[in-house]
Amino acid sequence: MFSRGYRAAITIPPLLWVALFLLLPYALLFCFSFWSVSPAQAIIHSWILNNYRELFRVNVYLQTLFRSMWIAARVTIFSLLLGYPLAYYLSFGAGVKKDFLYQLVIIPLWVSYLVRAYAWKTILGSDGVLNTLLQYVHLTSHPLNFLLYSPFAVVLTLTHIYTPFAFLPIYAALEHIPRNLIEVSHDLGAPPLQTFRRVILPLSIPGVLAGATFAFVLSLGDFLAPLLLGGPSGIMISNIVVSLFGAAYNWPLGAAISFGMLVLVIGLLFLSERLEKKWSFR
Amino acid sequence: MELPMSSPNRSHWLPWHATLVFGFLYLPIVTLIVYSFNGSGVGGFPPRDFTLDWYRELFTDDAIWNSVLNSLFVAFAAVAIALALGIPAALALDRANFPGKALFRRLVLLPLILPGIITGLSLLMLFREGGMKLSLVTIILGHGTALISVATTEVFAGLQKLDRAQEEASLDLGANYWQTFWRVTLPNLRLSIIGAALLIFTLSMDEIAVSFFLIGRDNTLPLEIWGRLRRGITPEINAISSIIFVFSLAAIVTWYRLRARAEGRVEIAAELVEAAS
Repeated sequence: MFSRGYRAAITIPPLLWVALFLLLPYALLFCFSFWSVSPAQAIIHSWILNNYRELFRVNVYLQTLFRSMWIAARVTIFSLLLGYPLAYYLSFGAGVKKDFLYQLVIIPLWVSYLVRAYAWKTILGSDGVLNTLLQYVHLTSHPLNFLLYSPFAVVLTLTHIYTPFAFLPIYAALEHIPRNLIEVSHDLGAPPLQTFRRVILPLSIPGVLAGATFAFVLSLGDFLAPLLLGGPSGIMISNIVVSLFGAAYNWPLGAAISFGMLVLVIGLLFLSERLEKKWSFR
Repeated sequence: MELPMSSPNRSHWLPWHATLVFGFLYLPIVTLIVYSFNGSGVGGFPPRDFTLDWYRELFTDDAIWNSVLNSLFVAFAAVAIALALGIPAALALDRANFPGKALFRRLVLLPLILPGIITGLSLLMLFREGGMKLSLVTIILGHGTALISVATTEVFAGLQKLDRAQEEASLDLGANYWQTFWRVTLPNLRLSIIGAALLIFTLSMDEIAVSFFLIGRDNTLPLEIWGRLRRGITPEINAISSIIFVFSLAAIVTWYRLRARAEGRVEIAAELVEAAS
């Protein structure tokens, strides 16, 4: 039904743009990861594996990567623990308040990420809101120092930011479950918990996978929350990349780490897509 | 619909859990707003000495307002780029076959799922190798490109709901493709496009991870705030954040009103058709 010219007009401009501003930059990241820096701080365009060797030779890179993955894993688990029951409640129990409560989950997403991280800093600091509150009600006599500048602060802040992201796909999956399936399960005599375990939970797995992937991937690559709230013990892998691109001035090594992250993330996306497909045909 | 009486939705802990989660989600936002009026600075319980000083100070702070103007400029330009490419991209994905279509779809969506640092760095390398100086223009290119994904998904969803018969009728009645596009397709996608534009605008206003690497001399608002945070905490940041929160809230409410009204119209039309037939 559409002419050739029309097809060319809707296809070629986006294709060219995406090739120039997405495909080419990601390819450049790959190229840079083999290059190196001369003592005079010029980029040497020779193809060697030194940067990747460096990643496995110096402990701090892998250690930081594992710490970042552990932080991201905790963020994912907490986001699911907060997001799943909330989605379940909205979908099955909230009745007429459902739409209003849904909006209430979305609104925090419209508050700047940076501002919310900053707000947690003002809450958790040693003369912050929480510490002064605890002293005001005489629960503690001096500020608790582990609250800010710790992995705890990073996990808390990232959980706060990614809970709505985990909630959204789970809620969508729950909303798509045909309600008569649940009635059938009930009519056939399954107790509520069994209905949940055998009907609702399996059908919501694709949503859980999508939410978990979002939370894990985005918190894994975060560098602002650790810079703002993490302190020395809360440094994450992206912070190393940022410093390599800044003061340390070793773009190629930073590119190698970033490219490793890119591969890891795409692998995870691929895996979660496979799993989602597997679960959606049950 | 309601579930049978005995199903687990009657569990008493669910509403409590929901209350707790909402408390957790809103605690920082409420704190932020409350302490923007706090005379004795950020932190310190209970808040005391109600004051508007921080807002007064804010209004004479030129650096902040310059960064707000920069951010608005970037956001408008990003909306224009993302829509100009995202609408055709959605049309192409919906109704054209071309080599590399699957790759293209994934590539467009990638910046939305990847940590911003990867997209930011990759673009930084592109601009460096291309000999382009970093400025607001590089940020606009970054935002525009990353947010094509939003325009594409929103418009693609709109196209799925679109009634093809209208376009076919227009073509049968002698309109050419372009007339059909401007007079039938585009007006039907109006809501998806407005929704996409609003979303892209807010995301761009808030974006920091990509901008962090592409910034030249002029700051966007998030980067201005970032710079100040590194120097120390000031309630002025609470004040500007509260103002922006109120504005985005107004934007969302307007958008939902708009959509409710438009969807209401469609429902009414459907009812009329049903009643007539």
